[in-house]
Amino acid sequence: MEEIACKLLVIGAGPGGYVCAIRAGQLGVDTVIVERGRLGGSCLNVGCIPSKALIHVADEFEVLATAAAGKSVFGLTASAPKVDFAKAVAWKDEIVTRLNNGVAGLLRKARVKIVHGEAKFRDGKTVVVETETGLTLIRAEAVVIAAGSAPVELRFLPFGGDVISSTDALSLPEVPKRLAVVGGGYIGLELGTAFAKLGSKVTVVEALPRILPLYDQELTAPVARRLQELGVEVLTGAKAEGASHGALRLAAANGHPKKIAADKILVTVGRAPAVAGLGLEELVLDMDGRFIRIGERCETSMRGVYAIGDVTGEPMLAHRAMAQGEMVAEIVAGLPRAWDKRCIPAICFTDPEIVSAGLSPDEARAAGHEIKVGQFPFSASGRAMSRHAERGFVRVVAQADRNLVLGIQAVGQGVSELSAAFGLAIEMGATLEDIAGTIHAHPTLGEGLQEASLKALGHALHI
Amino acid sequence: MGEHVVKLPDVGEGVAEAELVEWHVKVGDIVREDDLLASVMTDKATVEIPSPVEGEIVWTGGEIGDTVAIGSVLVRVKTAGGGASKPTPESQAAEAGPPLAPPAEAPAPQARAPKRELPLARPAPKREPVASRRAPGEKPVASPAVRLLARDAGVDLRQVTGSGPAGRITGDDLDAFIARGPDAPRGPGLARKTEVTEVKVVGLRRRIAEKMALSKSRIPHITIVEEVDVTALEDLRAALNKKPTAEKPKLTVLPFLMRAMVRALAEQPSLNALFDDDAGVIRQHAGVHIGVAAQTPSGLLVPVVKHAEARDLWDCAAEVARLAERARDGTASRDELSGSTITITSLGPLGAIATTPVINYPEVAIVGVNRMAIRPMWDGASFAPRKMMNLSSSFDHRVIDGWDAAVFVQRLKELLETPALLFVDA
Repeated sequence: MEEIACKLLVIGAGPGGYVCAIRAGQLGVDTVIVERGRLGGSCLNVGCIPSKALIHVADEFEVLATAAAGKSVFGLTASAPKVDFAKAVAWKDEIVTRLNNGVAGLLRKARVKIVHGEAKFRDGKTVVVETETGLTLIRAEAVVIAAGSAPVELRFLPFGGDVISSTDALSLPEVPKRLAVVGGGYIGLELGTAFAKLGSKVTVVEALPRILPLYDQELTAPVARRLQELGVEVLTGAKAEGASHGALRLAAANGHPKKIAADKILVTVGRAPAVAGLGLEELVLDMDGRFIRIGERCETSMRGVYAIGDVTGEPMLAHRAMAQGEMVAEIVAGLPRAWDKRCIPAICFTDPEIVSAGLSPDEARAAGHEIKVGQFPFSASGRAMSRHAERGFVRVVAQADRNLVLGIQAVGQGVSELSAAFGLAIEMGATLEDIAGTIHAHPTLGEGLQEASLKALGHALHI
Repeated sequence: MGEHVVKLPDVGEGVAEAELVEWHVKVGDIVREDDLLASVMTDKATVEIPSPVEGEIVWTGGEIGDTVAIGSVLVRVKTAGGGASKPTPESQAAEAGPPLAPPAEAPAPQARAPKRELPLARPAPKREPVASRRAPGEKPVASPAVRLLARDAGVDLRQVTGSGPAGRITGDDLDAFIARGPDAPRGPGLARKTEVTEVKVVGLRRRIAEKMALSKSRIPHITIVEEVDVTALEDLRAALNKKPTAEKPKLTVLPFLMRAMVRALAEQPSLNALFDDDAGVIRQHAGVHIGVAAQTPSGLLVPVVKHAEARDLWDCAAEVARLAERARDGTASRDELSGSTITITSLGPLGAIATTPVINYPEVAIVGVNRMAIRPMWDGASFAPRKMMNLSSSFDHRVIDGWDAAVFVQRLKELLETPALLFVDA
């Protein structure tokens, strides 16, 4: 058995793992990273990146389709558009491959050794990797578990055949004529919307009373309205029960059984930590339900063993994992670090997009804050009008007495890019006056942030 | 029925493995929670591993003397309850622990060795929420750059008052805090002083520092403090000092002590020795060369009264006086400052009631003289004022057993309390 000794071993080369390894390499830490699949993890291969590529294709297609249907408000016309879906998927795959290679290059530049294979803990300092050429034993002073997550399977709707996961949905050979989506969270809605724009007849089945249950209704209402316009049927309070003969069986909100004809059934009911097979039972780590329990330094209950990213629980977001990975690398290098972030922005790439950073009004009140809220509708934004995207708003939540910004949310076309400004404001400890006193370039959607802050201060200029 | 797997928990700082030194259970034994399963030894401590559950031992891993890696299976316990190796409800309910909370299945080990800090003591059922679990609004307001500066400087930002809007802590606030230290009420006229004066440790001071460090790091000292009734000795000394002459100068206690040591060392030559610990050889000297620690303007010097066994009381006294003067003048020769086989240290009137003398390496014993004082002593019927003086003596415990040290000290006491014995041929 080949043996490797190193200072830091990272298990999993997703966004958390590879960032951790790169940062550790930069700091001169002798680092090995183990990956069983392709570099980049779910995010790069079957998540964030490829889904956004397909959403882009769908958006482009929809513009043409709207024009072809004679519904363009500004007089565009087009003949009936077609999509070569295989080519779209190939384009998406090429992006993924380029990024795979990019990650490999970055790791090499940081002098990180990459080992491909399945890792299994032998004890807290030793991991055995099953590679193509045999077993490799890796001894490390510190180990970071960054194994990520995988789509949750429903017992009565096991993946296979026409029942597909988000991963499968990104590599379908053709656009399904009828698509049933089980789970009205952000993954199901992002993909459901994209396929609806590409021509699928989409039905979304959500067990809770409304879609995107983790966001407040004010933010999700524009998305619900847009789904309706796209012809997506949304069944809330409905429970999927199984699949049979090209149909999804479910119990509707009123309790009546119902069948929905579907060529594909996309199950997006959440993600679970991908820790099976890692040999975690050898370590007896403290857990938080299915997740590995961590402290403020991402340390587990075993010394020298860290966990980052989706294996540590919600929010399962690539950028959270990256920040954790960077922090743990610095801790392993001996620097004094601890998790002190004020917010982890989250985005739904639905139509329109939703961004949330920090506390919503409800969350802020629940945390005991006296708050003031300022909201600016895009219907009053020249830039939103000129993009024909007047739906949505920017909302700022601040402490009533000190005007300290606690949270910023927005819904609207293209607002995902505003997340940088939102996160920066909260992380810097900005007050309403700070944002109001910053010149925002005109005409942009970002002006909405300034106007919402002015509104909260009681002197909005444009509403 | 379930099976519970007990693994070797992390037993401390950077330890990757431990040696199995004792099994407290064997297969078939019934254990209750907290019963000891095994003892393991690291290079720092012996650690006892308790059972986290109640049940029957069905398997034990390793033999006495085996080296076991942290995290490897120690025993398997058949438990009466359901599933195996599940976190207890209690552990799930608790807040995410502070760094290095012990695994639920393996309560933190208890160290047997004293003075050993384990990462965390036993189950800490309820804990204060750690910083990362504070609601975002409760965190100190500071930019990421300021937070990073604070971490690197080891400053807890919760202690820093922010001067910015909404109490935001600016870089200047942090700089001021670091320069000033934590805020505290200050009275008028009592200003904090922050200057630090650097003094280079050179010359004699550096040699003393090295010698002391060498002695304390190599020699495990044992110190015995005993009180000596010197009333009779003082009466004798007063009588002898009544008519000092040139040949017979005034006597201090020192020459009496030297004579007593010569007597006692004749009976215990192992104490009049130099221990060459690198070579592993003890050199017992027939000649008694007594170093006398003396304070000089430039520091501590130890002039040596050579061959005390061949000097009478007055000769010892004269030699001490001569050497002390030369040491203070800075004219003592290298020869006069070296070659001792045992040392006396005395702080005179500053001698306190007890001291812990540091052995003059590579000697094996040192006798410390404490301050003389009149104390009430019980004579069996009443308290009587007696002149009392303590001796604080240290010994190299590697080569001198406590018994021998005690015998030596008792012998000195006996000789000094009945000074006539000093002048009686054995």
